[in-house]
Amino acid sequence: MSSTTAPRAAAGTRRRRRGPRTWLAALPLLAFTGLCFGLPLGAMAHGAVTRTDPASGATLVTGEHLARSLQGPYLGSLVGSVQLSALTALVGGVLGVVIAQAVVTSRSAGLRSAALTASGVLANFGGVPLAFAFIATVGISGVVTQLADLTDLGWNLYSFTGLTMVYLYFLIPLMVLVIAPALDGLRPQWREAAQSSGATGAQFWRHVGLPVLAPSLLGGFVLLFGTAFAAHATAAALVGGSVPLVTLKIADALSGNVLTGQENVALALGLDMILIAALVMAVYLPLQRRSARWLR
Amino acid sequence: MAAMTPTTPTTPTTPTTPTTPATRYPRLREDTREPDTGAPVRTPARRPRPRIWRGAVLALAGAYFLIPLIASFVFTVHVPGRGITFEAYTELLSADGFTESLLLSLGLAAATIALSLLLAVPALVAVRIGSPRLRPVVEVMCMLPLVVPPIALVTGITTVLRWGPDHLSRTPLYQTFIAVQHEKFPVVLVLAYTVLALPFVHRSLDAGLRAIDVPTLVEAARSCGASWPYVVLRVLLPNLRASLAGAAFLTLALVLGEFTIASLLGFQPFAVWIVSISGAQARMSVAVSILSLLITWLLLIALSRAGTTPSTAGAAPATTSRKEP
Repeated sequence: MSSTTAPRAAAGTRRRRRGPRTWLAALPLLAFTGLCFGLPLGAMAHGAVTRTDPASGATLVTGEHLARSLQGPYLGSLVGSVQLSALTALVGGVLGVVIAQAVVTSRSAGLRSAALTASGVLANFGGVPLAFAFIATVGISGVVTQLADLTDLGWNLYSFTGLTMVYLYFLIPLMVLVIAPALDGLRPQWREAAQSSGATGAQFWRHVGLPVLAPSLLGGFVLLFGTAFAAHATAAALVGGSVPLVTLKIADALSGNVLTGQENVALALGLDMILIAALVMAVYLPLQRRSARWLR
Repeated sequence: MAAMTPTTPTTPTTPTTPTTPATRYPRLREDTREPDTGAPVRTPARRPRPRIWRGAVLALAGAYFLIPLIASFVFTVHVPGRGITFEAYTELLSADGFTESLLLSLGLAAATIALSLLLAVPALVAVRIGSPRLRPVVEVMCMLPLVVPPIALVTGITTVLRWGPDHLSRTPLYQTFIAVQHEKFPVVLVLAYTVLALPFVHRSLDAGLRAIDVPTLVEAARSCGASWPYVVLRVLLPNLRASLAGAAFLTLALVLGEFTIASLLGFQPFAVWIVSISGAQARMSVAVSILSLLITWLLLIALSRAGTTPSTAGAAPATTSRKEP
């Protein structure tokens, strides 16, 4: 009797221990994200598409808030955010590639590790401290503004251009971090092979370099776009309301700086932002997977 | 290519990949030799150009990234008409709200680190050893917060918090809603920050777990008679020390710098306090910004040092795609 039941019992305990116990260990995380992430998002989406009648308390489904979030100043802020993000992502992407290429092709290991460490640090340097560093530098009474008389040259930090310059401060290092592995992936052998078959530098880039880099470049651009699009603290500390940005509009509506009853429009704007960000990620993730092929 | 062949055997070929030394050494040799001999007409003209280009790029980049830092330091110590003074720094400790907001931020950071590790470590270990089918679920759950901008999350949080007074004022749940928004220690911020930190914690821990053979370690410990708590506490966690530290540093940096959620929910941790004093005491707000930058940087540099130990992905600070295989 014992000889027949023992193995089964052993197998039984093993299965019981393996399956359910490990599954239970993941449960708190899933429950937490469901509650603290899913619930607010659900509430936001719900609030964005419904309206509660104050008299009867009935909740009606309506597209009114979403429609309003795509009109007038709200639409302007969405467009402003997209424009700023696209411009900074483009400029930051190009400059990031140029700097990364300069770092990668210089054969100094010290410069390389210093540049990559600095990029890792600077890419995390968003938010309030960055805004104040720029205010102290090129703000109205900033040090460089005074030294170089920038105001007479028409410089204004609290503008679209000023914001672009500030955003680039953390976007360029981010691009360097993203693109440096891809540039490393361009083996010197490929260039030598191209040269020994008579290709010029331009031809090498057109037919070998850029096609190989294209997924990483696009992926980096998209990542920069998403980062700039979601940034709020820097802009809030810097420009207040003088540049129309969707994050600033949401903050205004939430803190009641505008007419009351705008909360639902803020929710709708939040939904718009998530849709745009999700679109961006839907482009980024496959690209990242594709570029991983070349990066080993 | 023919010129390369004779040099190949003489190069100290360690048994690495066969092609790399064969191509790299001749390139280096050409570099050192050609300026001396000057034999090919084409190369002297081509060689210096990339160097100038590279130097110019690096110098411009260096200027762009250093000038704001230097200028803000000058801004804090140089008062027009009064010369150099370090008042902005010395008056900091006695400034209204400085200690409170800093302590609040540090407390929030400690709670966030503890909560996110308590949630993420068991889940990630579990998908490694017993439930691989859960892995995509856990990964997506951890990465989703990257897609949602914090400001969108905060709109949802305010909506949920408003349910308390609106619908639940006669139920015991109402007390919970009040408690999580306590001014001394807003638990709601810890919950929100944990959500924001999950992608970074997941990435750091996942890289650490990838570097060690979890099933083998667990099997070995279990067959030696170790209990499950012993396996996790004495076998797995010590092996994950670097990535646990990395996750903790990143979370600390995130919480110290977070502004959006805290300010919109009406609390005053460090970043919000800096903005609140900027109007009256511009010099001090810049000084605090510099200090908080220095602290964050020291943390991150310490992290990237710790990350150079085998493949714990020191690149974790930002969203790099770099992952050691």
